[in-house]
Amino acid sequence: MNLRFVLLLALALVVAVPFSLLAGRVWINPFSPELQNASVILVQLRLPRAVLALVLGAGLGAAGAAMQGYLRNPLADPGLFGIAPGAALGAVLSFWTGYASAPWMLPLFALIGAGGAMTLLALIAGRGGGVALFTLAGLMVSSLAGALMSLAISLTPSPFAMSEIVTWMMGSLADRSWREVWIATPLTVTGLGVLFYAGRDLDAMTLGEMAARSLGVEPLRLQALMILGVGLIVGSGVAVAGIIGFVGLMVPHLVRPMTDRKPSSLLVPSAVAGALLLLFADCLCRILPLAGGELRLGIALSLLGAPFFLRLLLRMRRGMVA
Amino acid sequence: MSFGADNVTVAGRLDGVSLNCRRGMITAICGPNGAGKSTLLSVIAGLVRPDSGQAVMGGRPLTAVSLAQRSQWIGYLPQMPEVAWDVSVEVLISLGRLPWRGAPATETQAAIEDAIAAMDLQDLRHRPVSTLSGGERARALMARVLATQPGWLLADEPFASLDLAHGLALMQRLRQQARSGKGVVLVLHDLATAMNHADQVLVLAKGRVEAEGPPEMALSREVVSRVWNCPAHWLGEPGERALSIGAPAPLAVDFRQQF
Repeated sequence: MNLRFVLLLALALVVAVPFSLLAGRVWINPFSPELQNASVILVQLRLPRAVLALVLGAGLGAAGAAMQGYLRNPLADPGLFGIAPGAALGAVLSFWTGYASAPWMLPLFALIGAGGAMTLLALIAGRGGGVALFTLAGLMVSSLAGALMSLAISLTPSPFAMSEIVTWMMGSLADRSWREVWIATPLTVTGLGVLFYAGRDLDAMTLGEMAARSLGVEPLRLQALMILGVGLIVGSGVAVAGIIGFVGLMVPHLVRPMTDRKPSSLLVPSAVAGALLLLFADCLCRILPLAGGELRLGIALSLLGAPFFLRLLLRMRRGMVA
Repeated sequence: MSFGADNVTVAGRLDGVSLNCRRGMITAICGPNGAGKSTLLSVIAGLVRPDSGQAVMGGRPLTAVSLAQRSQWIGYLPQMPEVAWDVSVEVLISLGRLPWRGAPATETQAAIEDAIAAMDLQDLRHRPVSTLSGGERARALMARVLATQPGWLLADEPFASLDLAHGLALMQRLRQQARSGKGVVLVLHDLATAMNHADQVLVLAKGRVEAEGPPEMALSREVVSRVWNCPAHWLGEPGERALSIGAPAPLAVDFRQQF
């Protein structure tokens, strides 16, 4: 069932990608190519954007599945470790210092921020490898980065910088080029590899920490794999697209009933479905008519995510917890 | 010593406890609440590192055995087993094969089938865990441990939620495991189960060893009355013992005094 489901998702992806390239403010009709710069729009604007949506979506989907498996909690999300706020803090500092206008500098700052958050997390969580302490450490890193970010915003030297920061934080794939693709893809793919490698350990975690250890899971090693895998994915995602929420929370929920529910069985379907969701959401942002630009991706996903969350809550209320 | 604990101390829970488990035998750890039974079991499973002393396996300190080897050799069922995701019984049992990374698929499947048969789970194999009753769940979790096919089976209160027939079936299965040369170590609350089915018993109280040896000796009337702090005596014949708790009936005492 799992394989058939993944193939079905992949098929949907194969169909969705060409459509996404045609959709946008300017619709491209593949059968009457009278539009003069159609090829420029396709190759320089829409293709990198689509690739980025696929890469980030796949990363966030799988990272969400891994996080839920690791924390044994269906409400966990890749943002919990505080790596996204760390990366965002880095990005904000690049605006603050004015380096953001130079090429490569914003993603570089964000990646340094993500790396800092990952290091801090590893240092605080310590040698025990317990999940509860680790989650609390993540919350601490998260709130620290959030506070520093707010401080930086409140001290921004110019209103332009502030508006840039605020817009950037909403997350978007607009005007992203191949450069962003080259930054995010290798890091995300490496992160995905790390998470797939951790799959068996995540399966063992299904039985709780003690039983997982008796099945050969080394808590510290698994923790390091989680920091590395989720960190690379979330860090590189924030570096090129700002904060994109809800994908990591929503996608594993949607695909879980189609699998045998083992965390490792969830990773690939979540990656494919995450790619599909982000591609869809990004198209929606491009198509929806909005005065003064396009809908921000982060907002679109939150708008999609809130009703989804409500459905989840209502189901929980009826005692049908996934 | 092949398997067990050597003068183990865990601050506040165990105080210089030694336990020598033997292959082919069922070892029961008994004691009142808070005696340190579960702690001792997790020490010899290698899950809790003692402050002093050491857990031992195959004559070596357990810490000298690699984690991978340990996980293949020691199957451990915690007292309150958790299943985080609503997997099917079969998937749950397959988790027991995780320590055997790279084993042939046929071997893996055979071990899973054996465990399913042993715990009488054929009809439930495709059921989600959330739909099982307490006893069915306990059997599925025990099957998960059996699927590992470990050399040592460690279980914390495995009979707690089993009905009579399934409790007896599990005991027979554990006896069979012991007969085939494996070691079985159980934390048991029910003293009659320990008395009738264990080959050796360790009685703990407040983190110290109070008695050890064959059940008729380690769980003698004196030990039970002293350690559990209530008058008790055994009824029936060896192997079919039942524990009567409370003062012996006055009539019986009078009767004996008369003769």
